[in-house]
This record gives sequence, structure tokens and C-alpha cells, in this order.
Amino acid sequence: MTNETEQPLLRAVGVSHWYGGTLGCRDVDLDLHAGEVLGIVGESGSGKSTLLACLSARLRPAAGRVLYRTRHQGTVDIYGLGEAERRLLMRTDWGIVHQNPRDGLRLAVSAGGNVGERLMAVGARHYGRIRETARAWLERVEIDAGRIDDRPDTFSGGMQQRLQIARNLVTQPRLVFMDEPTGGLDVSVQARLLDLLRGLVADLGLAAVVVTHDLAVTRLLAHRLLVMRRGEVVESGLTDQVLDDPQHPYTQLLVSSVLQP
Amino acid sequence: MSDVMIRVENLGKTFTLHNQGGVAMEVLRGVEFEVRAGECLVLNGPSGAGKSTLLRSLYANYRLQRGRVWIRHRGALLDLAGAEPRRVLEVRRETIGYVSQFLRAVPRVPAVDVVAEPLRLRGEMAAVARRKAAALLERLNISARLMELAPSTFSGGEQQRVNIARGFLPGYPVLLLDEPTASLDATNRAVVIRLIEEAKAGGAAVVGIFHDAEVREAVATAVHDMTAAAPAAA
Repeated sequence: MTNETEQPLLRAVGVSHWYGGTLGCRDVDLDLHAGEVLGIVGESGSGKSTLLACLSARLRPAAGRVLYRTRHQGTVDIYGLGEAERRLLMRTDWGIVHQNPRDGLRLAVSAGGNVGERLMAVGARHYGRIRETARAWLERVEIDAGRIDDRPDTFSGGMQQRLQIARNLVTQPRLVFMDEPTGGLDVSVQARLLDLLRGLVADLGLAAVVVTHDLAVTRLLAHRLLVMRRGEVVESGLTDQVLDDPQHPYTQLLVSSVLQP
Repeated sequence: MSDVMIRVENLGKTFTLHNQGGVAMEVLRGVEFEVRAGECLVLNGPSGAGKSTLLRSLYANYRLQRGRVWIRHRGALLDLAGAEPRRVLEVRRETIGYVSQFLRAVPRVPAVDVVAEPLRLRGEMAAVARRKAAALLERLNISARLMELAPSTFSGGEQQRVNIARGFLPGYPVLLLDEPTASLDATNRAVVIRLIEEAKAGGAAVVGIFHDAEVREAVATAVHDMTAAAPAAA
């Protein structure tokens, strides 16, 4: 018997992409179920960001399909949707957390506005309620609610990243894509952000795809890992399996190259 | 006779070190045993015999080249070595607890929440999970004040007790213990012996490594000799 929740939320089949003659990623298959966090690791140029862009409807792959199980209309090929449908899906069901918070925030708009405008984009109209929700979300990501009217360009990098997360989660997405969410942050700030993300993902039952080159991040956040090299997935498994018992020569090299403090 | 909870068949594990000349290290070969509800199997053998490797293989932390690891999960035996990743996570959530030698501390998370987490993943309310975690930590002589701090700064013995509490709290039907008493004093060792006895009395199947002869003799119902499991070193 196939239970609805037994069907994957996101599925990639043979996803490949080239930039001109240069390989981005090749023949990637993956399944992601509700509530599951998938880490994609590999060095710069391994194709992990290309794959993330393809999965998150931002880059149409040259070959292959990306399927998503919607709330009401069954499973759809996201690149088979019209532009308007795809945008609606991205706005209502998905979140995208960029490595650089400046790519995911509007710097000229107040912190509260950054969170609130996402609510308005999905139809919220009551100003008082929007502001209350925005305030609650600022507190949830550990930003002092007294900063609600301040612009994010007056925030530290860690605060900006937390604001970007609040902006993404306020509409209660089912799936969040994260590209190096802790990159570029100080180590102490990273720990706080990771702890926050761990809690939010578990409490909200979010599914997430997290691209990172930091194996310690995946240990804390991801249930499963894909290891990419030169555009291809060379190994996959449960996070602890891949990190504690790596099979592929490249994964063994990656794992053994991490310094243990 | 009580139910078989763990059945290991012809288990073999070889590590291939690709970046060190492709050396293949065969650590386990042809391991077989059964553990029933209420039993505690002690893995015995010298350092390097593969005891921890075997325990990690039973948890599907290590991937096997050969053999099957049958675990009674939701009433039926399931081969964990061949199970889908999602199923392995489900088995770990509901059925198998694993107490590793060292706690992997998460930055900023208080000890009491580290212990409560497996209960929360099973759907327990946060406040209830926390209360149960605190009670068990108290039994293990971790003070109320200490348990509100992140364990990264704890002593080795304190970290180990946090790890033990995390492994014992959910009451898993299968428990894997890797030297849980290694850095504990006599008082806390006695608490751990009692916890193991309670788990057995509750029908849990336990597989453990104990260097401490006193603990081993107190809890073992059977011994698995690992000197035979390790192939002669090349």
C-alpha cells in the first residue's frame, strides 16, 4: 500500500547540466522525503551549487527531470509548469536561503518588512497581524524585536543570515534549499545558527537540501549525504555512514582531510 | 523461550584504505550470534579484535560487505544491513539505542536537551521529555545546575553519563553499549549496572563491550569471543 507520505516530496531523475562545454552536474538521481534533510557535499566546482539551482527551479537542467509532490495537485515536473505556477510554488511551498544574506534580503526595507512582505506575497493583508507575526519570527531567530524597524544593512552577518531564515520560514514552506548557510560567518556565529536551524527543521518538520563544503555542518543538520565530485554523485548514504565509514576514494580523502580541533 | 531480538549471520567487514595504497583490512569475518529479549551478550577480546567495529555494524553506522543483521523492529525481523536509509533511521528512532564511547557534543545545547532529544524525535512533548531526562541525569549524579549547561566543557566521566542517559532514556528494545563505564567511578558504575539490569528485566536485548570485569560479570548472560572473529593479521 502506498501511503501519501511514503511518496518522496522531491525527486530528481537523471539531472544533468552543462555550461557551454563545461560540465555542471551529470546524471543525478535523488529522493527527498517530507521532514528529511539531505546534505550535498563536495569541493568548489564539484557541481553541488549547479545541482541545487536545478532542484530549486532556478536553473532548467539540460537533461533530466525534477519532480515535486504538491499539496493539492499531485506530483508535478517543476520545469513543466508555467512561469506563474512555478513562481507561486516557490513562494508558497519553498524557501531558499542564500549563502550571502544580501542575495536573499532587501537591504533597503526594514527587518520587519523583509519578513512581512513574504506574508503579503501569499495574501496576508492585515497590517497588525503581519507585524505581530514578523515580530514573533524575529524573536524565534533570536533577533531583538526592538530592531524590527531597522534596516538589515545595519545588522551583523549572523543577524542578517538569521533574518533571511525568518523571511523564508514565515510562510511555512515544506521544503527549504540552503546554499552554504553558515559560510562566511565566524565560528561562534556558525554554532548559534546551526543550533537554531537544527531546532527549526525538527520543530517544523521541514524537508531541506543543504549544500555545504563543511562536513561538520552536515553531521549536525543532515540525515543523509550525497558526495559530489566533478559533477557526479560518487557516494551517498546516511550522514554518519558516509562520515564514519566512507567508501569512495574521494570521500575518504575529504573526511581524512578535516582537521580535528 | 523469549523472542530473538538480534540475529547476526555471516557478518564480514573489510576497510579499504584507498588513499593509503588501497590496503584492505579485514576486521570481521563470519560473525554469527543471536540475542534474545532479556539477554546481555558481552563482546570479549583484545584491543583491535573488532569489538567496536561489530557494534557499529549492528547500528548500521558501518556498512557491511557481507552478512545480515536481523533486528526485531515493529514485531518482525528486519535486515538492517540491507535496509533503506529511511528505514534505518526509523529503526534507530524506535528500536536500537547505541551508547558510543564518547559523547558528540553539539554546541550550545544543554545536557538535559541532549538527553531529551531522542524522546522528542519520538513525538514526546518537550516539557515531558525534559522532565524525564532530568530525572535520569539526576540518577546518574548530574546536578540540576550542571544539566542546564552544554556538555562540551564537562569532564570525561560527566560526558559519558550524559551519553548513557541519552541511550537509556527512550527504553529501546535493543541496546548497544560501547564501554559505557570506562571513565566512571564506583558509584556511577553501580548505577549503570542497575540501568542495564532494568533494561534486561524490561525485555531489552543488550550487546556490550565492558573492559571492567566487575561490570561484565554483573550483567552478562552470554559472552561472544572475538579473538576467533578477527582474521589473522596480514
